[in-house]
Amino acid sequence: MVSAILNGTMPRVMRVVPRNRNIEALLLFFAFGINAFELAQIQLSTIAVLRTDFWLYWTPLTAAALVVHAILRRRASEADSLILPIAVFLNGLGVSEIYRLDLAKVAAGATDLFATKQVIWSVVALAACAAVIWFVPSHLFLRRYVFISMVLGIGLLLLPMLPFIGLNINGAQLWIGIGGLTFQPGELAKIALIVFFAGYLVSRKDSLAVVGRTILGIHIPRARELGPILVIWVASLGVLVLQRDLGTSLLYFGLFLVMIYTATGRPIYVVVGLGMFATGALVASQVMDYVAGRFGSWLDPLNAERYDAVGGSYQLVQGMFGLAHGGLFGTGLGGGVPQLVPLAESDFIITSLGEELGLVGLFAVLACYLLLVQRGMRIAFKHSDDFSRLLAVGLSFVIALQCFIVIGGVTRVVPLTGLTTPLLAAGGSSLLANWMILGLLLRISDTVGAKRGEN
Amino acid sequence: MQKQLRRVSLVIAAMFLALFVSATTIQVISADSLTADQRNVRSVYDSYETLRGDILVDGQPIASSKKTDDQYHYVRDYLSPRYSSITGFFSFFNGATGLEGAANDYLTGKNSSQFFEQINALFSGNPVTGGSIELTIDPAVQKVAWDALGNMKGAVVAIDPSTGNILAMVSKPGFDANQLSSHDSGDANKAYQKLLANSGDPLINRAISGDLYAPGSVFKLVVSAAALESGNFTPNTLIENPVRYKLPGTETYVYNSGEGRCGGQSKVSLADALRFSCNVPFAQVGIQLGQDRIGRQAELFGFGKSIRVPLFVTPSVYPKNMDDAQTGLSSFGQYDVRVTPMQMAMVASAIANGGRLMKPNLIENVLSSNLASLYQPQPVEYSKPISANTAKLLTQMMVNAVARGVSGNGQVPGVETAGKTGTAQNGKNDPYTLWFTGFAPAKNAKVAVAVVIEDGGGMGQNGRGNSLAAPVARKVMAAVLGK
Repeated sequence: MVSAILNGTMPRVMRVVPRNRNIEALLLFFAFGINAFELAQIQLSTIAVLRTDFWLYWTPLTAAALVVHAILRRRASEADSLILPIAVFLNGLGVSEIYRLDLAKVAAGATDLFATKQVIWSVVALAACAAVIWFVPSHLFLRRYVFISMVLGIGLLLLPMLPFIGLNINGAQLWIGIGGLTFQPGELAKIALIVFFAGYLVSRKDSLAVVGRTILGIHIPRARELGPILVIWVASLGVLVLQRDLGTSLLYFGLFLVMIYTATGRPIYVVVGLGMFATGALVASQVMDYVAGRFGSWLDPLNAERYDAVGGSYQLVQGMFGLAHGGLFGTGLGGGVPQLVPLAESDFIITSLGEELGLVGLFAVLACYLLLVQRGMRIAFKHSDDFSRLLAVGLSFVIALQCFIVIGGVTRVVPLTGLTTPLLAAGGSSLLANWMILGLLLRISDTVGAKRGEN
Repeated sequence: MQKQLRRVSLVIAAMFLALFVSATTIQVISADSLTADQRNVRSVYDSYETLRGDILVDGQPIASSKKTDDQYHYVRDYLSPRYSSITGFFSFFNGATGLEGAANDYLTGKNSSQFFEQINALFSGNPVTGGSIELTIDPAVQKVAWDALGNMKGAVVAIDPSTGNILAMVSKPGFDANQLSSHDSGDANKAYQKLLANSGDPLINRAISGDLYAPGSVFKLVVSAAALESGNFTPNTLIENPVRYKLPGTETYVYNSGEGRCGGQSKVSLADALRFSCNVPFAQVGIQLGQDRIGRQAELFGFGKSIRVPLFVTPSVYPKNMDDAQTGLSSFGQYDVRVTPMQMAMVASAIANGGRLMKPNLIENVLSSNLASLYQPQPVEYSKPISANTAKLLTQMMVNAVARGVSGNGQVPGVETAGKTGTAQNGKNDPYTLWFTGFAPAKNAKVAVAVVIEDGGGMGQNGRGNSLAAPVARKVMAAVLGK
């Protein structure tokens, strides 16, 4: 190219420098810097020296993020510029806190460490994100696979129920295990089901929106249009009963309600749906001990009996103690004792961060999630075709809802359930699924940008 | 579809708003109560971060922080079990008691008076250094009191009546707090369980808390004070003096301790009734005064109120809603009257100080890590339970009780000593609780003291206040006066 310019001939393809990508690059370096700072602070405050293994926890994620950035430049140059940096920052913050908890475990002589695994999974997840961007030419292409997605989604959901590979961990039947590796297929099922919901609702939205009768000013859909919502309701309760997981059940159901509302514009679906779910949950809380226990711990966690009960509120209360310990400004990374909370690196990573970064830090993390979700919603606003919109809404809302259920669970907005905090919590399946969701959002956003470019 | 998208955005905003609110609620609004929860061990972890200040007696540390090589940096080191009732213990596994608990703010530098140190620590990056606490305790008096109790279960409190400064506070048996401050959970918990199981209850500070004691005859001081304050009695007022007295509305008789007539006459003066510690006259005086008047007098001395020295003193109890028989019994310190040794020392102290009761206090000075004085409590008048004249009359009655009465073993040689013994009955066959409370010198008193000995001092129902408790008090008062 240099020689071409020197020769006075124009290069054959003139590539416009994509402004979005330059903003992204700038923000990425900012995220890399903060992530390095976190690790340095952790080492200095817990072991008082900077060790060379510092780079083991920083370099892989940084390199993988740069690769994704390069691929975006090449294959989706108009894609959203904030999604990647925010996600890299959150992912890195999670790695740092998990590493910090590992150091506490090493000091106490424990051997179940997570940081290295999390780094490896991060790289795998970013690779998957890159693959989505590279190989999915346009998200519209996904429309061809709507029913395959349904089969795939349901299959993934049912996988943990199979003998031999299904695993029950902490009472929930959500994992599969193959040769020592565990995986939560339900996380990937999210993506398949969003694609399915989007495709299905686009094709059926007109008939779903048709008003049957109007009673007291409320439009009641025809009975047969309630069929799909009944199916999803039964499936959600099935997850609740068979896999014993309230959070996943709520996640799928909430996701479906928002997507059907977006497609039809009929609030009646939300009202009826929420009513049905509340009824189901209420019945479950009467019939199933574990659901009743979760509700009790939610309403009155400090009660001595609940606190001491097996599977009671001990963990929740310890998390609250951690948050209170952090107060407004936190103890500083490495300065608290988040390791006192069971599952501090996964389900309760939010209380670990809240303790060490304080309310201020927790607000920053929440603001990052909100910004991430808002970027996704922005894509939905900008697209004009319904499939793209529904896909973007689904992908964004699932992140928001999962944040709400899990962070709300540890801060007592809703009963505690077993979901992972997207991008932060230790766990490979969750990382993989969320980075693939982000990959899809980036892919969809590129076509928005491209269109805008054409105008 | 734009409308739906806007509404979904609103729902998302509402969900995050809920998270912002809930996080604020936990981390700011209810943070203090969560931190104070006993099940929260984080504050204990925190306190190991700082160099905890010393507790000093006459410049010598009785509790201090020793450097260790383990992850907790410091371990607490205690001088002697004779201070265990004051310092309490500071344990990683079992919390903190005594001053270690009550003055934790100062010791860890978290008190608001240490604000500038906290700011300094914030900017310098050094951990906050705790303040040291200098006590009002006189080590010589503390040692005499500890030794004088010997192997008996009981407590001694000595106060300077003019300031309220606590000169000695001993509870026996004591314990070795070093065993509890150990960082080895096995060792520390074993020691703690052993102390809990010990029938002598060494972890209880008998001087200010525990189950409280029936005061027996030392309570006659409160009744005498009420009688003199009522204006209906002088020390010379004569009271009917039968051999036995039938409590109104019952078939129960009250006897004097020798089961004889008090002083041998058909009538006896109030002063002589106190001097010989007779129950029959006091039962009548009490009923005549009524429970309201005695109750008010007791309250002025501090009954029914909790005070902090800054250790928490359990409120002493004068019962309410008694019938006349019960009022009679309570007038010589039986029935349901229950007191702490600290409370009886306060009664003696008020009489000694011309009727002005000074608030008892254990802290002389709080010093910052660079030895600047952060807090120096000044003597505070707690109440004025009796007039100066009543105090003078009561003092004379107590001097007579020691010099020419049944409380003679409290006499400090060469010093006019005021005092009153007590021998309280518990259950029918239970050992007695033995008492002495008094002060010396009678004029311009330098020390007021209360001594309690449980289980009859090991002599069951043969132990007497004058034979066992009074000598302890004498030694303590003599130690203060340098005799």
